[in-house]
Amino acid sequence: MRGASARVALAVEGLSIRFGGLTAVESMSFDVKEGEVVSLIGPNGAGKTSAFNAITGYLPAADGEITYRGKRLNGLKANRIAELGVVRTFQKTSVFAGQTVLDNILIGLHLRSRQYPIAIILRFPFVAREERELAEEAHEILRFVGIDAHASELASALPYGELRLLEVAIALAAKPTLLLLDEPVSGMNPTETANFMKTLARIRERDITVLLVEHDMKIVMGVSDRVVCLNQGRIIAEGAPAHIQRDAEVIRAYLGERYARAQD
Amino acid sequence: MKRLGTLAGLLFLFSIPLWLGNFYLLHVLIITGIFIIAAMSLNLLLGYTGQLSLGHAAFFGIGAYVSSLASLGFAVHLLPDWLVTLDPQPVWLGMACAIVITGLCGFAIGKVAFKVRGAYFVIVTISFAEVVRLVALNWDELTQGPMALNNIPPLSVVIPGLVDITFVGKPANYYLVLVFAILTYAIIARLVRSRAGRAMIALKENEALAASVGIDVTKYLVLAAVVSAAAAGAAGALYAHYVRIVDPNVFLFIYTVTMVIMVVAGGKGTLAGPVVGGVIFGLLPEGLRSLAIAPEVQWIVYGVLMILVVYLLPQGIVPALRAYRQRSRSLEPQDAPGANASARQAMP
Repeated sequence: MRGASARVALAVEGLSIRFGGLTAVESMSFDVKEGEVVSLIGPNGAGKTSAFNAITGYLPAADGEITYRGKRLNGLKANRIAELGVVRTFQKTSVFAGQTVLDNILIGLHLRSRQYPIAIILRFPFVAREERELAEEAHEILRFVGIDAHASELASALPYGELRLLEVAIALAAKPTLLLLDEPVSGMNPTETANFMKTLARIRERDITVLLVEHDMKIVMGVSDRVVCLNQGRIIAEGAPAHIQRDAEVIRAYLGERYARAQD
Repeated sequence: MKRLGTLAGLLFLFSIPLWLGNFYLLHVLIITGIFIIAAMSLNLLLGYTGQLSLGHAAFFGIGAYVSSLASLGFAVHLLPDWLVTLDPQPVWLGMACAIVITGLCGFAIGKVAFKVRGAYFVIVTISFAEVVRLVALNWDELTQGPMALNNIPPLSVVIPGLVDITFVGKPANYYLVLVFAILTYAIIARLVRSRAGRAMIALKENEALAASVGIDVTKYLVLAAVVSAAAAGAAGALYAHYVRIVDPNVFLFIYTVTMVIMVVAGGKGTLAGPVVGGVIFGLLPEGLRSLAIAPEVQWIVYGVLMILVVYLLPQGIVPALRAYRQRSRSLEPQDAPGANASARQAMP
């Protein structure tokens, strides 16, 4: 765990999300410091993905404040939030399926590109130069996650493990400073999961702060600096992985009353 | 190699009026060319952003009316005692106005599509076309209603001491349409192969993911709508100054349908698709007419062919040809049955 003095990057305060009469998340508060890897865990329906959606502008927050590096994210459109460096992946596999793997990354590089319509139509010299640079950068990102060999294949033709890596690569192309990963290893086999952990470690080396939603406890306990555990829309525990593993409330949420009592 | 092919194709297109003696056929080619421009513009919206505009004839018709009215001049009461008059303007200026005003209409439609996508976008565009048609039909003072605007002057380009061309007659109009078509193709080709085009494709393929990497999807939808509408408007203006009469029937739904058929049959989301579809479905009625069969039968054959194309090649003609070429190429080096299977798998 990095020094407690590190600056707060993402701050969530009193966040509530409601769907009609149903409260999905209730006054949730936590923060993520610069350079940290924080995991959000909890049983299905605990409100993890809803919190993700609110932070990244896909759901309106009924109440509460979300700030990133001092900027308020509430009410901003998803693409504006991405411009601030907060980029996410999706729980359900989400790529541009009809495009090649390389084109997927080129789309992801949107914010890195400076072309504007008139320059494109009149073919200003910098446009072609930029296109070459973007292609080079796209290959570099593909090499980083290890799927450059598939660059010219259609995304829909990729095997599952590579597909999930492509999702992360698209997000990385947007040059995040805070990367939110929603169940990145779900459906991966153990080898793929182990490889993904290595990739995650290298993402960290690039000074990218990571907020992770994951069910795979091996990953959560292996990579997180801190873990936030949710149940039924509320935070029930927060702390270092080792601390969370022993928390009675967490065990009760996951395994039920009997197991919690057995631990006491 | 590819460049040579393009050059040869262009040379062929430019040579047609030199050896084609039949002016009627040249007329058919001109009208087909105008529709291909409109189809290419529709393809930018339908094929790249994935939004179906079923009111595309509205942009075509507005272009035709604006350009005609500007070059004919008009006097119209906007209020009972407020008369607005415009003296006849040079035709090129009228066409420029047509392009700008249809572009603005595209901007408005694109903005409306901010919240409405899919089926709702289709309804908005149909309603737009119908409203514009009713205005053209009923605002007699401006549009002459069903009596039509006639005696529309042909396009003339005059630069004192240098150029003085009036585009009358088939060959001149053929070249005019050809140049506009090439320009439209080039503009659309450059757009879709750039950051802007990738943003449009991203919107079509996965809007949520596109937004997550920072793409302002509304902005690129509006851009596509503006370029698309302006190109359709240019096609309408070309039409008006070629046939030199415009009536409210230019807004008819059937013209939009014709454009959609050209795009879908040719292959939406490909640059060559609307051109191939446009050539086939633009020339087909004439080809059938020459077969000396009853007119009803001609249209039945037209309809059946259309259904066959959509049924057998749901992606369109161009993507089907591309897939076929890829398959035969991957078969060449090793003719093992496995190669065939893998090629088939690679197809979406």
